[in-house]
Amino acid sequence: MSPDIFLQNVANSITLGSLYALIAIGYTMVYGIIRLINFAHADLLMVAAYIAFYGMLVFTLPWYISFAIAIVLTTLLGVTIERVAYRPLRSAPRISVLISAIGVSFLLQNLGIVALGARPKPFPRPDDLVWNIQLGNVSFLSLTILIPVVTIILLLMVTFMVKKTKMGIAMRAVSRDFETSSLMAVNVNKVIGATFAVGSALAAIGGIMWSMQYPQVDPLMGLFPGLKCFIAAVMGGIGSIPGAMIGGFILGICEVMLVAFMPELSGYRDAFAFVVLILILLFRPGGILGENVVEKV
Amino acid sequence: MDKHAKLKFILTLLVVLVSFGALYIAQGTMNSFYIRVLNLAAIYAILALSLNLILGFTGMFSLGHAGFMCIGSYVAGILTMSPASKEIIYFMEPIHPLLANVQWPILPAILLGGIIAALFGFMIGFPALRLRDDYLAIATLGFAEIIRIVVTNVIPITNGALGLKNIPSVDSLLVYWGCAIVTLIVLMRIINSSWGYAFKAIRDNEIAAQAMGINIFKHKLLSFTIGAFFAGIAGALMAFLITSIDPTMYRFTFTFQILLIVVLGGMGSLSGSVIAAVIFSILMEVLRFVEQPMNLLGLEISGIPGMRMVIFSLGLLLIILFYRRGLMGTNEFNWNWVLNRLGIKTSHQGKRGEAN
Amino acid sequence: MAELLRTEHLSMEFGGLRAVSDLAITISEGEIIGLIGPNGAGKTTVFNVITGVYRPTTGKVVFAGDDITGWRPDQITERGIARTFQNIRLFETMSVLENVMIAKHVRLKATLSEAILGLPRYGKARQQHYQECLELLEKVQLDDVAFEQATSLPYGKQRRLEIARALATEPQLLLLDEPAAGMNPQESLELMEFVKRIRQEFDLTVFMIEHHMEVVMGVCQRIYVLDYGVTLAEGNPEEIQNNEKVIEAYLGAVDIDA
Repeated sequence: MSPDIFLQNVANSITLGSLYALIAIGYTMVYGIIRLINFAHADLLMVAAYIAFYGMLVFTLPWYISFAIAIVLTTLLGVTIERVAYRPLRSAPRISVLISAIGVSFLLQNLGIVALGARPKPFPRPDDLVWNIQLGNVSFLSLTILIPVVTIILLLMVTFMVKKTKMGIAMRAVSRDFETSSLMAVNVNKVIGATFAVGSALAAIGGIMWSMQYPQVDPLMGLFPGLKCFIAAVMGGIGSIPGAMIGGFILGICEVMLVAFMPELSGYRDAFAFVVLILILLFRPGGILGENVVEKV
Repeated sequence: MDKHAKLKFILTLLVVLVSFGALYIAQGTMNSFYIRVLNLAAIYAILALSLNLILGFTGMFSLGHAGFMCIGSYVAGILTMSPASKEIIYFMEPIHPLLANVQWPILPAILLGGIIAALFGFMIGFPALRLRDDYLAIATLGFAEIIRIVVTNVIPITNGALGLKNIPSVDSLLVYWGCAIVTLIVLMRIINSSWGYAFKAIRDNEIAAQAMGINIFKHKLLSFTIGAFFAGIAGALMAFLITSIDPTMYRFTFTFQILLIVVLGGMGSLSGSVIAAVIFSILMEVLRFVEQPMNLLGLEISGIPGMRMVIFSLGLLLIILFYRRGLMGTNEFNWNWVLNRLGIKTSHQGKRGEAN
Repeated sequence: MAELLRTEHLSMEFGGLRAVSDLAITISEGEIIGLIGPNGAGKTTVFNVITGVYRPTTGKVVFAGDDITGWRPDQITERGIARTFQNIRLFETMSVLENVMIAKHVRLKATLSEAILGLPRYGKARQQHYQECLELLEKVQLDDVAFEQATSLPYGKQRRLEIARALATEPQLLLLDEPAAGMNPQESLELMEFVKRIRQEFDLTVFMIEHHMEVVMGVCQRIYVLDYGVTLAEGNPEEIQNNEKVIEAYLGAVDIDA
């Protein structure tokens, strides 16, 4: 492999890793607080991407307004899902809540198919954000820099929020002990709502950046990224924000490098993440950052 | 012993005989479309019954059913296709010489489909069943995807993404419903046996079950393997029903449909699963109209593909939110209920001295 | 009397926190032994270690001559130690009789295929267990509710059912985790009479955790006192009542008749 191609792969893997990390945070925060794999999280990516797509193409809005609308609406959707489909089941058996989450996910996917058609559509890349950069023999997109930078800024913001703000402290309290927190006059419903809002907003941003990087949208586009990001969250240690970040980057880098170095295995690319998941669950179920050191959201 | 035992046995025998008679008559008189729908219902019933054993009776949240089904389909398909059509279909890469000339009859192929799926169930369950709840769900989902991806990639055996075509077609109601009835009887006997109670004990309270001397892991693995076996049988039947298969059929979406049937019928009710499977298959056909163009009061409405799944997803949500027990809850259809309705007293006295 | 259970240097740590440390207990056949101590003293942890729910950090558990340290809970139950739980853990979807019959599953001498095919060996074995369990329910006076849903019973009967279920595993040693919790003095007295009676009838050794002081003092021959995982004292009821360390750490600090 020539150094140029290697560098190209490094750039690709960092971009993919950033996207995984960003989306994994939503999973880890929600799981940390209500112990639920929010299957619908994956479909929020798709919803955000489509809103941005329609904003730009159908309503011919500038990209920044389309993106802003997409983020706001997706956040509202995320919070609504919790209200309608998860909150009434809070004292129900865990299997029921999971089934509800799967139901919401399928509803969104199929609504997507019904409303938007099953065929993938090309996603327009705004010229202000995407251009080619030539460095010697290596050429790459501005996104290669933009996506990791945005991701890191958002990660710092979320970490700050969880560590320093009142809401963040309440989130950590609820994730430690649900009942005690509610006795201590923490409004548990509000905290859970806020967690979903933050997670959904990150998913929306992740979804928009995803569709710029791989410029195509379709109603099932969230499925695999979603599953992989959950795997990344488990890998890092579920409930831990830095863990989700580390897990996301490791998974992204390994995936790209696997295909780069062993092209004959490229057909197994999507299986790779699941193999990793199963190995982690079996040998280190607490994830890389381990159960005890994990700082719960 | 139960004084109505004889009566109930005769009634059961009668129902079985009448059903087979009905199947025989239906085979001769019904048009092929209805037969196809009924056959599909039988396959769904087997799938739902087997998932219910795992999920409803043993309390393990497994989402790997499509994977086991995929194995059953491919095993049955490869074993029964004629050597001539194998030569035509495997044009990307020739078929593995060991498989090129086999051509088994239908029934042994169905059985082997189940056995190989059970083998995979055992191998997957061995590591995965140490996990619980959502972790188990995501791990089994992962294994099912791995199966599908491997099937897509081992081209000399499975013909990869192109899938299999010209699998011998079977349209006999007796084959499909025969398998479904055998599945129902076997599972009924299992859940009413000492083992079935052990499964339910694990579902109700794992720690207490273990304190009663039950080896949790062994029993979970047993239940999971039996479930995988019947999913494999259903997969084999599916191959004979639709005669051409490819890996994309066995996506997670398929497991979702089975989950929907189990929840609709009631987690922990075998008769519920059968009833729900029939309802689901009929609804799938009845609701086809929403996806077809139609003329409503002079207004042209173009069909909306995917609308059925929207309805089903909504249905699942409504059931789980407002009617969690499903149609049957954990109840079963039983003769005591029928006899009581007919004015024949059974009650608990009938249950005394009767050990299953 | 022959020794039945012995723990040697038994310690249990949870992430640096010592729940039980250096515990040495010896129980002889036929004894009724009490284990008391303030809340959080590590009493239930002791039970969990003995029954294999936790694997001890150090030390070992010897039962009837076998080193059972690290065995799985189901293996330990089969070897002859049964237990009840502090928070009742019945099989909620099953009847009283079915709850008890679960205990017989491991003793069933037939295979699953025999059950599916309905072969006589399975039917006979199951029928015999059925009779045994009915008789057991008679002995503990639960036969009148044998076909009721287990969780529909009143609290006191649920407790008794837990004990009956443990008895159905045919144990030599019965561990009772706060069997009188939530009962009034009259009920707990009846329960203690019940425990004495089943000990006679089933030839048992009993090891019980109990909060009600009068109960423990009334029924137990010897008592171990645990505080912060450390054995504070050991002796007959009189010795314990007069032990200054116990009075200071336990009786003085917490409500005596709780």
